[in-house]
Amino acid sequence: MFLSKYTHLSIARRPFMGRALHIVAVHRDNQHNNQKMKFEFTPENKELAKEILKRYPPQYKKSAVMPLLDLGQRQAGFTSIAVMNHVAELLDMPAMRVYEVASFYTMYHREPVGKYHIQICTTTPCQLCNSDSVIDAIMKHLNLQPNQTTPDGLFSLEEVECLGACVNAPMMQINDDYYEDLTAESAVEILEALKSGKKVPIGTTKRESCEPFSGPKVLVNEPLDVSTVTRSDL
Amino acid sequence: MLKFGQRHTSGLTRRVAVMARSFATVEDTPNRVYGGLADQDRIFQNLYLGNSKKHGTPSYDLKTAMKIGDWYKTKEILLKGDTWIIDEIKASGLRGRGGAGFPSGLKWSFMNPPGWNKNVGPRYLVVNADEGEPGTCKDREIMRKEPHKLVEGCLVAGRAMNATAAYIYIRGEFYNEAVTLQHAINEAYEAGFLGPDACGTGYAFDVYIHRGMGAYVCGEETALIESLEGKAGKPRLKPPFPAGVGLFGRPSTVTNVETVAVAPTICRRGGKWFSGFGRERNAGTKLFCISGNVNEPCTVEEEMSITLRELIDKHCGGVKGGWDNLLAVIPGGSSTPLLNKDTCDDILMDYDALRDAGSGLGTAAVIVFNKQADVLRGIQRLLAFYKHESCGQCTPCREGSTYLSKMMDRFYVGQAQEKEIDKALELTKKVEGHSICAMGEAFSWPYQGLVKNFKPLMIERIREYKRQNGLEDGGMQYGGWYESGGVKDGQVVNNPMPKEAFHGH
Repeated sequence: MFLSKYTHLSIARRPFMGRALHIVAVHRDNQHNNQKMKFEFTPENKELAKEILKRYPPQYKKSAVMPLLDLGQRQAGFTSIAVMNHVAELLDMPAMRVYEVASFYTMYHREPVGKYHIQICTTTPCQLCNSDSVIDAIMKHLNLQPNQTTPDGLFSLEEVECLGACVNAPMMQINDDYYEDLTAESAVEILEALKSGKKVPIGTTKRESCEPFSGPKVLVNEPLDVSTVTRSDL
Repeated sequence: MLKFGQRHTSGLTRRVAVMARSFATVEDTPNRVYGGLADQDRIFQNLYLGNSKKHGTPSYDLKTAMKIGDWYKTKEILLKGDTWIIDEIKASGLRGRGGAGFPSGLKWSFMNPPGWNKNVGPRYLVVNADEGEPGTCKDREIMRKEPHKLVEGCLVAGRAMNATAAYIYIRGEFYNEAVTLQHAINEAYEAGFLGPDACGTGYAFDVYIHRGMGAYVCGEETALIESLEGKAGKPRLKPPFPAGVGLFGRPSTVTNVETVAVAPTICRRGGKWFSGFGRERNAGTKLFCISGNVNEPCTVEEEMSITLRELIDKHCGGVKGGWDNLLAVIPGGSSTPLLNKDTCDDILMDYDALRDAGSGLGTAAVIVFNKQADVLRGIQRLLAFYKHESCGQCTPCREGSTYLSKMMDRFYVGQAQEKEIDKALELTKKVEGHSICAMGEAFSWPYQGLVKNFKPLMIERIREYKRQNGLEDGGMQYGGWYESGGVKDGQVVNNPMPKEAFHGH
């Protein structure tokens, strides 16, 4: 895996690794991410890539650039320049067109991230529910600033914009999973559990999903039989 | 529309002002009270997972979906044909649920102009599931709990537009939701509901998922199309509108998840049933997401035109600290101007009432501030959001959002002159309408709403800052510059820098 090998010289050491990292379009060759490196999809991912290509009209192959970059990122750990070049080759696109896409979207990590990539939402609805205390607790617990990775390569932290679970605020996303209705303590507990390799329930633990904490106030009766209300001329 | 001065008049005058009719408003039937939607009239029957638990199946299972009425008589609906479906949607009064509130039946009918069938080739329905507006979390609930409503909706709406395929553009962060939805699509293919002979009607229809990668601006329809075509998501100029030249250069229509998901139920139960809810021109039921300082934040389906107060008190256990502790409400997602408490007392939650109050229904994402919350901090964080999410294509938006965010950083701590409040307001007026997409308006309106309702608070913050730092008799210029301050080697020296909205920098 790239991560453990390279994290020690990645994000923390670099001078331009502020919040603006992912919107800076510049790539500079370095030891773990340069134009000479090669990247290939694994056989399973090659099959997946074929499946993805089937979704788009054959003359618009380049539509698949986003899913393929994502696939490459999942395989390599981050969207390196080698991943971008390989995707460009697969889709017969100029490499620059792929670089444009990879630098525009914030979910492509163009530098390695930790095994657990923590994204904390601090936009207004979460902030009203005290997400500031959650991010402060995590920063203190991991001794980390946003956009940095811990020296063991386990955790990286990012402060992100609204993740679309405002009713369950405050919340964070670790890799693909949402953890909702957090407090400073429960967020740290989740990180501890992940660190010790325990399974952590995703979503919220305080309620089922998006209903009020005290339980649903509506939709408590027997479900509706739709055939009784369907119009007769159907 | 309210004028600035009217805010500060007595309650009575103000109430008259809110209820005053603009040209497009239709007079209400007197004494009709909206709200209190009955369970049997709810479209999203599995919103709280009660039904899937009863059947012991996962929420996204086809079995649960069919028990709560999805895919019931879909074949018959499809066989009625495009005009019938569009007429039914028109009769229902459904307006787009993504924010703009454009009548859906009319929008769908743009796909079928006279002679449309002479333009041979694929036509697309694009479903906008790039739900990124702060406060909004309704589409996520649909996708993870009732994905079959969305898949069936794609087929029905697709048939109405004579589309050959649907692309559902999901925001990248919703990974698990995309998996759930893909599972539902696979089930629908297996059951023969989709494919070359959809529901046995002979109509060929496919549904595909495309995951976004974290760009708020891709929620704009033309940016979404660009993104689907494998480019950076930067909005296109209109015209040509997508209904003429859209995805892959073919006629396309972009619609919100909720609009699509309610379409089959409307067709089954009749447009008349749907239009029976809510005020005229604001018909139907709607998913409201209430977040922020309420006791029990939740997502709930309610009748349109319910009062804001009933929505919060009945479903969310009230504002933290009681109704009188309410400071402000953002009624429709972050881009809509906020409302002060006076307005909130009797405002109805629908497109026209909120527009007349100087705001908008947007996505019906209600963000509640109570008196313990700092509304300046809230707006500061929102403007930082827009600064981060501006795609950078149009100068007024790219530069305007950056300037405004930096100014708001200073207003939050008070390191500014009072005149700068109006300067920033003027800036927002210059941005509005001068960008390709609505992003310019989206970050202008929250600030305008703030100034409209909380200018005294902003002035007080500035005076307090001056008092504390001994600047009452001068010593600070515009831009928060101290007289002692300067720039040396590209760094600001001898001048305090205001705190940013983000952490750790």
